[in-house]
Amino acid sequence: MFEINATGAYYRDLNSQVREAVEKGEKEITLKGVNGQYYIGDGLRGNAQITIEGVPGNDLAAFMDGPTIRVKSNAQDNLCNTMNGGKVIIEGNAGDVLGYGMRGGKLHVRGDVGYRVGIHMKGLKKQAPTIVVGGTAGDFFGEYMAGGVLILLGLDEKETRPIVGDYLGTGMHGGAIYVRGEVDKNLCGAEVGVLETDEDDAKVLKEALADYCKDFGLKLEDIMKKPFKKLVPVSSRPYGNLYAY
Amino acid sequence: MFKSLAPPEYIADIDREKCIRCKRCIQNCGWSVYSWGGDKVLINTSKCVKCLRCYHYCPEEAITIVDNPTRFKSNAYWSFNNIRNLKRQAETGGMPLTGMGSDQKYPILFDSLLIDACQVTNPSIDPLREPMELRTYLGKKPSALSIEKGKDGKARLNGKMPPQIALKLPLVFGPMSYGSISLNAQKVLARTAKECGILMNTGEGGLHEDLLPYRSNIVVQVASGRFGVNPDYLNAGVAVEIKIGQGAKPGIGGHLPGEKIPLDVARTRMIPVGTDAISPAPQHDIYSIEDLRQLIYAIKEATNYKPVSVKIAAVHNVAAIASGVVRAGADIVYIDGFRGGTGAAPSIIRDHLGIPIEHALAAVDDRLRQEGIRNEASIIAAGGIRSSADAAKAIALGADAVAIATAALITMGCTTCGKCYTGNCSWGITTQRPELTARLDPEVYAERLINLVHAWEHELKEILGALGINAIESLRGNRERLRGVGLDAQTLDILGVKPAGR
Repeated sequence: MFEINATGAYYRDLNSQVREAVEKGEKEITLKGVNGQYYIGDGLRGNAQITIEGVPGNDLAAFMDGPTIRVKSNAQDNLCNTMNGGKVIIEGNAGDVLGYGMRGGKLHVRGDVGYRVGIHMKGLKKQAPTIVVGGTAGDFFGEYMAGGVLILLGLDEKETRPIVGDYLGTGMHGGAIYVRGEVDKNLCGAEVGVLETDEDDAKVLKEALADYCKDFGLKLEDIMKKPFKKLVPVSSRPYGNLYAY
Repeated sequence: MFKSLAPPEYIADIDREKCIRCKRCIQNCGWSVYSWGGDKVLINTSKCVKCLRCYHYCPEEAITIVDNPTRFKSNAYWSFNNIRNLKRQAETGGMPLTGMGSDQKYPILFDSLLIDACQVTNPSIDPLREPMELRTYLGKKPSALSIEKGKDGKARLNGKMPPQIALKLPLVFGPMSYGSISLNAQKVLARTAKECGILMNTGEGGLHEDLLPYRSNIVVQVASGRFGVNPDYLNAGVAVEIKIGQGAKPGIGGHLPGEKIPLDVARTRMIPVGTDAISPAPQHDIYSIEDLRQLIYAIKEATNYKPVSVKIAAVHNVAAIASGVVRAGADIVYIDGFRGGTGAAPSIIRDHLGIPIEHALAAVDDRLRQEGIRNEASIIAAGGIRSSADAAKAIALGADAVAIATAALITMGCTTCGKCYTGNCSWGITTQRPELTARLDPEVYAERLINLVHAWEHELKEILGALGINAIESLRGNRERLRGVGLDAQTLDILGVKPAGR
């Protein structure tokens, strides 16, 4: 295991240290004393396993393509911005705009997430991103979604916060959102329909959640006990009749 | 269904005496104006957009396309288009879409600016026989140079120069995405850029693998839809551009109609076939200059610090915005004026929002100079550059380089019919229909575009020669060599230009 002390390091220096370690072929890298440094793992390739101790800053794993990053605490905004491949595991909560335009790979968050998570996600056959959120999410979950899978679990039921905010799936035109429990239709964008899950959905869910459970030591059966609702776009062209040709 | 009360704009007519029934007009028209009636060509004139494809391909010159003489009663206030749009809105309830830059009668300052020339007291230069430098470097320039003498006695630059992009002349092609234009049209731009030592810009639709051989002349774009953006893409070109706005539709997003999203475009963009590709106006991770800085540096981190350009539309407060963009770390600020083109925009937006590039450019250049940061970024001026004279005037107003797009499409056959959003372009430019795009042979049309670039190159050199200067650098921001004709005092003040006669 290769260790990098990030205490007080400037993000550019820290990132070049990480990049160098990956290029040298280090497979397991631990960053200690991380405290808000931006862009960790930005554009990084390969298949290294990176563990982050401390709270990483914005744009963690932006444009990343391959490595696995495990954050042992909370994370901030813009994680997995336009990420292409690999995996990010957050043991705590994470902030706003996670997985913006994400094109592949996985983001697993154990806790809650903020606003605009999974917006503009893309997908093309097998190349499709997955985001699983264990807690609750804020407004605009899955906005403009064009592909991939978003799963919201609401595992730690709290009375203070609903499982998801307003404008769920607004502008969605591809992909699928799964929410564990009931979905208030009033919270959904006009462009989504709420469906019951079928066997194919169960397969998608089980595959994604088995991996999620492994990351956090959870039991798949416990999660699957509660039924899911599926949200899909009702039209592939939600704004098709807005214009006069 | 009753007949539309919006009368056809054009009348297509075939001289039946001349027509040899070869059906070429039927094949060539992307709008299905013509069909075969068993013994003659039938005409549905309401579909005609006057792109003149049929006219050019009729071997007998039997076709004429005229503006429909049957117009609403002419009126200086209620224009034909105004009334026609009202009728269309009454029939559809939609926003009338349009393509190309605004064609409305706003003042065109380029046409009120004249360039100086030498006479008697200061000699002009003959560019045919004397060297003339058009080379332009885009990128951050250091505010001071420190030079040291090396051990070999030669002068050497101290420290590292920020990355620069060399252009053979101060011209680039404006961003037009795969999807909005055809791959063949993009190939024409890419071939020309390579041949002429300038740049083409992918627009926001991702990079098709066929363009990879031209990577050293390509700028890749990242917009709110993030279509086709991955680490390979970011590193594929010589620079990355973040698109914030577009002159033709400032403050509103991109919207590529589903008609223009077949499999290959969907694959490049990673969205479902036939859906509308939505890239909303706000990038929801950019709500401030600080957020913009975050994305700029996220891209720089992913590309080992390639130059980043930020494209903004010219709006009222453009000078302050540009200052923020420069301070956010942009290497290039691309300003797109009110006349800038588009593949699809609601005409109400295109014709009524934003400000012209002439005002914007002068204001931005002034502001950056006042703040002492003009060297921190290059300025590309775009939005209705029609000729090398417009380019020279823009450079004199403060641009480092200009971008052209419509002018480039015109070399491919475009007649500015403005129907790009339909996906039916008969010239194979703004369409994805394979039978139409196949007409645009990249090799043949690249030759025409290369001709255009060479012609502008000669013209720019002639202008410099007449001015008595031998490098484009000496014209840059040199407003003393411009004069305004028929402009009011305030406009002259904004432009920083004297009236003719002074």
